[in-house]
Amino acid sequence: MISIPMEFGLILAGTLFVLGLIGLMVRRNIIFVLMSIEIMINAAGAAFIFAGAKWGEPDGQIMFLFILAMSAAEVAVGLGLILQIYHKFQTLDGDTVSKMRG
Amino acid sequence: MLELLWLIPALPFAGFLILALFGSRLSRQSAAVIGVGSVGLSAILTLGIAIRFISSPPADHAFSQMLWQWISVDAFQPAITLYLDALSLVFIFVITFVGFFIHLYSSLFMYEEEGYSRFFAYMNLFVGSMLTLVLGNNLLLLYLGWEGVGLCSYLLIGFWYKDSENGYAARKAFVVTRVGDTAMAIGLFLLFTSFGTLDIQKLLQQAPQEWTINSTQAVLAAALLLGGAVGKSAQLPLQTWLPDAMAGPTPVSALIHAATMVTAGVYLIARTHVLFTLAPAVQTAVAVVGALTLLMAGFTALTQRDIKRVLAYSTISQIGYMFLGLGVGAWSAAVFHFMTHAFFKALLFLGAGVIIFVLHHEHDMFKMGGLRKKLPVTFWTFLIGSASLAALPLITAGFYSKDMILWYTFAGEQGNDWLWAAGLAGAFITSIYTFRMVFVTFYGEAQAEITHKPGMQLKVPLIVLAVFSLIAGFIELPHTLGHLTLFSHFMHSALPPTEVLHESVSLELLLQVIAAIAVLLGIYIAYHIFIRNRSIANNLTASGPGALLHRFWYSGWGFDKVYDTLFVNPLVWFAKINRNDFIDLIYTGIAGTSREFHRQLTRTQTGRLRWYATGIVIGAIITITVVVYL
Repeated sequence: MISIPMEFGLILAGTLFVLGLIGLMVRRNIIFVLMSIEIMINAAGAAFIFAGAKWGEPDGQIMFLFILAMSAAEVAVGLGLILQIYHKFQTLDGDTVSKMRG
Repeated sequence: MLELLWLIPALPFAGFLILALFGSRLSRQSAAVIGVGSVGLSAILTLGIAIRFISSPPADHAFSQMLWQWISVDAFQPAITLYLDALSLVFIFVITFVGFFIHLYSSLFMYEEEGYSRFFAYMNLFVGSMLTLVLGNNLLLLYLGWEGVGLCSYLLIGFWYKDSENGYAARKAFVVTRVGDTAMAIGLFLLFTSFGTLDIQKLLQQAPQEWTINSTQAVLAAALLLGGAVGKSAQLPLQTWLPDAMAGPTPVSALIHAATMVTAGVYLIARTHVLFTLAPAVQTAVAVVGALTLLMAGFTALTQRDIKRVLAYSTISQIGYMFLGLGVGAWSAAVFHFMTHAFFKALLFLGAGVIIFVLHHEHDMFKMGGLRKKLPVTFWTFLIGSASLAALPLITAGFYSKDMILWYTFAGEQGNDWLWAAGLAGAFITSIYTFRMVFVTFYGEAQAEITHKPGMQLKVPLIVLAVFSLIAGFIELPHTLGHLTLFSHFMHSALPPTEVLHESVSLELLLQVIAAIAVLLGIYIAYHIFIRNRSIANNLTASGPGALLHRFWYSGWGFDKVYDTLFVNPLVWFAKINRNDFIDLIYTGIAGTSREFHRQLTRTQTGRLRWYATGIVIGAIITITVVVYL
């Protein structure tokens, strides 16, 4: 089994996380925003997996299961909110939904 | 019987409570019954206690009754304890009796006024506080009564509060007396730090043991107490409030600003006489203040037109005599003069009140005139009161008390010829201004029509007080006239006798004749100027130095102007430039800054999701940078 050095894995996770972050900040469509969040969560999960593999511990995979469960819940709530927003404002543009201005 | 002592101040306080709580629901009759009745019961009780006290005196000629522990903090243990001795007995007698007659008089005098029950509530509170003042066994309780009477004086001067001038006069009285009260409070602190107690009897016992004569502390304590006395008793230099205090209803002037409250300073000095004996310099200052005040006020009274202001200045002048007496160590003489003065001055004020009452609030004497025939009872009683004030020899009470002070001023151990001369000159001026007042008011052409006759409630107090003004002097006769010493003998259980340097009946007779001549001469001058030839007075004041002097005296020796320039105007000016209160700027500044921050921060609340996400990212980066690199 070829072992991949952990640095490569962490660089991949970091790159994915930054991509997700950029997507979160620049996309106006809230579906893409939700997807960017998903990418960030999975990047964090990947980092746990790589770390677990490096030290041969099961903790990394256990944490990933937790993250998976949490992101499932997050997607459910997020999609619910998106449906409601679309229903109410007839748009998916996050910037137009700024009623909670201070 | 003596155990009922607590009821004497308690009854007026009860009257005050009832009137203050239910006054608006009571009819005028029942308000009067409660107001007059409570003081009347006190007076009857006082009479009973006085008879018991004189017929079978308690041990040490003093009776004290502890009611309850007031405050208990470490060594500071003032109790509500009443203390009755000869000195306080004379004071409670005068307060309740003169007070009762003035209350009776007020029940008719104030009948038409708005706030009838309020008036009696204040008056009862005053009587209660004054009784607390003179019966209090420790200086703190005395101070409570002292401030209580000050409060009532303020409330009653400003009784007709809808006129802003009355409010001003009330505030002036309150603030000016407060100057003296502050000195007195500091004096109490000093006494407490030195002796660890404010109990008067303990203080008077300990002071001679721990302080030597003329020690700094004794001088300081006596001087501070003198400051309080000067403020309350309207002596130089704090006398300016009393003439303005005449803005109150006339019965108030009679009770508070003539008979009782203003003599609280005399009581204080007599009560703490041991301290003044330890500080001879301050005691001399008492005499000098008294002498200067009596002359200054006498000259001012000569020029006043308002009948109540004449009486006010004459009150200041007569209290000057009491201070003179205290200052030369003639303690009993001063208290004797207090008693006779309370009778005749209350009588004069009530008489003046009748005149003002029937002439529709006319205060100017020169617009009265010719009232002798129309108001016979008032005229005769007023004449008796004036004779007593002017110390008409032999028949009036004022003669005996003033003569006693003058005699001790001349012959007493601490006496002084100059002080005696000042007292004699004062007696001469007193007789001039007193009979000027009588002649201008009651003789000559009638200037105004009287509208209604005074009723019984007005006449009875006048007659009773007139009788007292005549006979009260006969309890103390000088060596030349029978040598009766009932009063001073009675007082000696509380106040030390006065040492006389040269006991000589012929000298005493000579002095009395001189004083009598001065008084009679004064009356003749008043008669000559104000009945025979009114133009003399007009010519004197028309031009030249006479007019200048007249203006100067009329304004009360310019004290008001000086105080206005020195204290009032700078303060008003400062208040004006500081209208926005620069200390407050700090706090409004803090409030403004945080409000500005808030405004800026609300602008970040755009409601945009991406903006918030960016904010979180920036925050996370900063936090991580800080954690990692610092």
